[in-house]
Amino acid sequence: MARAIMSDIKRDHIHKLLSKGKRVDGRTWDEFRQVSIERRFVESAEGSARVMLGDTDVLVGVKIETGTPFSDTPDRGVLSTNAELIPLASPNFESGPPDEDSIELARVVDRGIRESEMIDLTALCIAPGEEVWLCFVDMYVLDYDGNLFDAAFLGAVAALKSAMVPAAMNGKGEDFPLPIRNTPISCTAVQIENSILFDPTLDEEKVAAARLTVTTDENGDIRAMQKGLEGSLTLEQAKRIIETSQRLGRDLRKLIG
Amino acid sequence: MEGKMIDENGLRVDGRKVDELRQIKIEAGVLKRADGSAYVEWGKNKVLAAVYGPRECHPRHLQDPSKALVQCKYNMIAFSVSDRKRPGPDRRSVEISKIISEALEYVVFTEYFPRTSVDVYIEILQANAGTRCAGLTAASVALADAGIPMKDMIPSVAVGKIDGQIVLDLCKEEDNYGQADMPIAIIPRTGEILLMQMDGHMTTDEFNRAMEYGFGACEKIYQLQKDALKRRYAVEDVEGLEEDVPREQQELEG
Amino acid sequence: MKESEIMSKDGMVRSVREIVVPGELLDSGKLKPGNGTYVADGKIFASQLGIKSTKSNYVNVIPLGGRYIPVTGDNVIGKVIDIGPSNWLIDINSPYPAPLHVNEVPWRVEFGDTARYLNVGDTILAKVLMVDETKRVQVTMKDQGLRKLQGGQIVDISHSKVPRVIGKSGSMIQLIKSHTNCRIFVGQNGRIWLDGDIENIVVAIRAIRMIDEDAQTMRLTERVKEYLESVMKPSQ
Repeated sequence: MARAIMSDIKRDHIHKLLSKGKRVDGRTWDEFRQVSIERRFVESAEGSARVMLGDTDVLVGVKIETGTPFSDTPDRGVLSTNAELIPLASPNFESGPPDEDSIELARVVDRGIRESEMIDLTALCIAPGEEVWLCFVDMYVLDYDGNLFDAAFLGAVAALKSAMVPAAMNGKGEDFPLPIRNTPISCTAVQIENSILFDPTLDEEKVAAARLTVTTDENGDIRAMQKGLEGSLTLEQAKRIIETSQRLGRDLRKLIG
Repeated sequence: MEGKMIDENGLRVDGRKVDELRQIKIEAGVLKRADGSAYVEWGKNKVLAAVYGPRECHPRHLQDPSKALVQCKYNMIAFSVSDRKRPGPDRRSVEISKIISEALEYVVFTEYFPRTSVDVYIEILQANAGTRCAGLTAASVALADAGIPMKDMIPSVAVGKIDGQIVLDLCKEEDNYGQADMPIAIIPRTGEILLMQMDGHMTTDEFNRAMEYGFGACEKIYQLQKDALKRRYAVEDVEGLEEDVPREQQELEG
Repeated sequence: MKESEIMSKDGMVRSVREIVVPGELLDSGKLKPGNGTYVADGKIFASQLGIKSTKSNYVNVIPLGGRYIPVTGDNVIGKVIDIGPSNWLIDINSPYPAPLHVNEVPWRVEFGDTARYLNVGDTILAKVLMVDETKRVQVTMKDQGLRKLQGGQIVDISHSKVPRVIGKSGSMIQLIKSHTNCRIFVGQNGRIWLDGDIENIVVAIRAIRMIDEDAQTMRLTERVKEYLESVMKPSQ
């Protein structure tokens, strides 16, 4: 993704406000923007959700097909996660194969889902070593105003929870809901001049030194993390982000139900 | 499947008459980052279009010193169809992107913006036959919403043939058994044809009837395009009546 | 110091108001084609989405959106996006970045020494020096009041909303200034620079955003005033 040049005046304005404990849009440091989730937005998908996080808009779809398992996990279904930063969503997104930003996004979401054991992949085995259900999660950014990690994660979790396995049309008995065991939630914060801000907007991301995404499960345990950007975090900051993610995760989880 | 797609009352699988369009809903200005955008629901099709530009043309070697380039990218998202589509362009989407770019290039006053590009992105979120027509219809509205100077908007529709009869706007189920399919796009006011493709089998008489249906439908779609834009800006118009802004002299004191 | 804003040329007197879309018939005989129109078969059509306006025999379309297209003499707020040995490249929010030559700045700059004066990310108040037929644009800082801007905040709005932010005879901008005590410059390219107490800047930006974004634009002046009064006391 081509990076737009941020004007020094805008950068300084964010810093000045932060020194007074304020954010450009008036939120508190640990406040998410308004979240709305529209499930089953796309009928051609087995599950889907469109998530608006402030002005960030992400559409996630789940397609489920039959296929062969990996040889090292012959009795498990397959989860495959992909993210597309399509040029419709931002003047700085370019057409072409997934770049490092979209691959990082897809992998961070994938880890949160996989490591929290959200989907019972053993229940997606049809014939061990021969046939299993393949579950494709495709995430499309439609409008970009920061914090794709959490918007995409919310979308992926909501889409998976709404997904039905198309058994009937594949001659495998009756359709059944995707076996879900857990509702993981990711929360992302950035560090700007030693202030911690959750759910950063695009402008906040542009001035951020470091970013940390923490995925927690229903018990509040940590299931996946990703530190990003060129700056650093102190241990204290990391702990504070983790504790806050556990707390915020509880509220966000209620939205998904 | 002969004789099963149109019943004895002349009604189609979804209850439409032979010359009846599916339900079409158009909304302008739906995205924040794009310079212009539109969302179209057309039967079970769901389509988003966004416009960026005029902006610096990339790649640079494509820059035209005399005019802007209109570059459209048509894309179906992975879960828009029943079998997952692998992300990325295929030959079909490259071809559709090309003919839509050409149709749009005709209406945009490209000579106003030399060396730039007007980028149009069409994303098919849910596909149910006729996506290129829904996409072009959305793209026209998005271009107008972006304030791009243009001659006119381009409505588009497909006409097909099932059970030996010419029918307007095939849905997916009909398309699977279609004997011919002909997407067109026109400027209703002048009758100029800007997009036309056909596959299948039609007699000249059938073609003439198909064009009659298509032109009639394009008039209706054009009205929906206009309504969408006027609805989007309607409230601002009321404001304008109140806030008469006179021409001001420039002044600058440091 | 008396502060004043840059006014837009778009704010012309309109007598007829009607939203028109590209291709819509505006007139078929009596009037002359103005901005945002084209002629075909002796008739005048809209070439842009906007408001139809008839003024002294000309029919115009006042755009409701679209990119800022530079015009010679416009005062704009620009951002330095690249540096060469004898010029800078300025983003002025238009399809065309504009070079600023060392001869067009108020300082004496040696060849290769450009970065000492303006750097990437800096913001300047500039004037459009010239636009040639192929739309090549040059800007200058050699005029009274043109300078590098420091501090404060930049807000981007649609350039077509500039007349509305300024208001009738500058009434809207004056309203915001008097309540927030901010200095405000409105560039014709839709960039606005504000400076003052940081809390007041935040309030002024909220007011400008109301004007730029609010879908419900009825009684706009009143509502902006209500907002400002609810959060601030007038300064004088």
